[in-house]
Amino acid sequence: PVVVGRGGVGARRGSVRLLRPLSPQAAMTKLGQWLCGLVLLGSAWAALALAPPGLRLPPPCRQALLPLPVYLLVAFGCYSLATVGYRLATFNDCEEAAAELQEHISAARADLSRRGLRF
Amino acid sequence: MAAGGADKFSVLLPTYNERENLPLVVWLLARTFRESGNNFEIIIIDDGSPDGTQEIAEQLEKIYGSDKILLRPRARKLGLGTAYIHGMKHATGNFIVIMDADLSHHPKFIPEFIRKQKEGNFDIVSGTRYKGNGGVYGWDLKRKLISRGANFLTQVLLRPGASDLTGSFRLYRKEVLQKLMEKCVSKGYVFQMEMIVRARQLGYTIGEVPISFVDRVYGESKLGGNEIVSFLKGLLTLFATT
Repeated sequence: PVVVGRGGVGARRGSVRLLRPLSPQAAMTKLGQWLCGLVLLGSAWAALALAPPGLRLPPPCRQALLPLPVYLLVAFGCYSLATVGYRLATFNDCEEAAAELQEHISAARADLSRRGLRF
Repeated sequence: MAAGGADKFSVLLPTYNERENLPLVVWLLARTFRESGNNFEIIIIDDGSPDGTQEIAEQLEKIYGSDKILLRPRARKLGLGTAYIHGMKHATGNFIVIMDADLSHHPKFIPEFIRKQKEGNFDIVSGTRYKGNGGVYGWDLKRKLISRGANFLTQVLLRPGASDLTGSFRLYRKEVLQKLMEKCVSKGYVFQMEMIVRARQLGYTIGEVPISFVDRVYGESKLGGNEIVSFLKGLLTLFATT
């Protein structure tokens, strides 16, 4: 079993363990957080990519930096495929649970008939 | 704490055409609670099933007693969210268990939920099919792929802090569920997701217990194109509004 706890804005109990410090993030929507993140990273990348000749990074750095967004997208795509594939492959099949359920159903039907249930 | 100091567990069972499964679920619930020594009640919210579910529920009430089986039917199919609200009005327990009445959820996990809840003093304990030795039976590869794919998308977009968001086998503190029901507006799978997302927003703690999900013993399952589309719409709505 996995233990997950969350504290957040307005956490009421003394027993709550704060796994994330309270921050403005707590009040922003997920879409808002993504947009903020994209704007921040996007403008940083654009500033470095579109810098005038005097302020540019050395050529090797620039060469790696310019296609970075595409690299990251592809990397995320690969990660997604790998993760979903792995989780699909390790998705447990509960054979015993199904067999046990059948036994329980038989026992239930027998006992309920004894108690007068008309199915 | 319920009156008398001990915990009492109210199980909400919304039903629609569950004449075959209902007596079996109730029998398993009664046996599980008796063996674990917990005080319980089962609230059956039938939405005017045409197959005689209500009639068999009445027989069960006679067998187990009207203090253990509460019948709170409604005239027609009105949806899961309102069924929970309706059921909670009559619940006298301090904890609420929600689960499916079609034997895909086995009551044997409820004592594990209770143990987990005490262990971490959690507000919510959620059954997960995706962690530990949780799993499913009776799903083909396509169904499993859709499930894992949808869950991955949900984790990326919502970062919810729980591994199984569309699961509906959970234990809630009664006041927590009441608070969440006030805030949740979605339907279907998305409704279960929204509960966890809102719970996180409100600072409630969530524990997880691996469960096995045995797909429908009687009757037919439903996951068509419509379900997938409405899931995606609901997911994007939650993404944009929470």
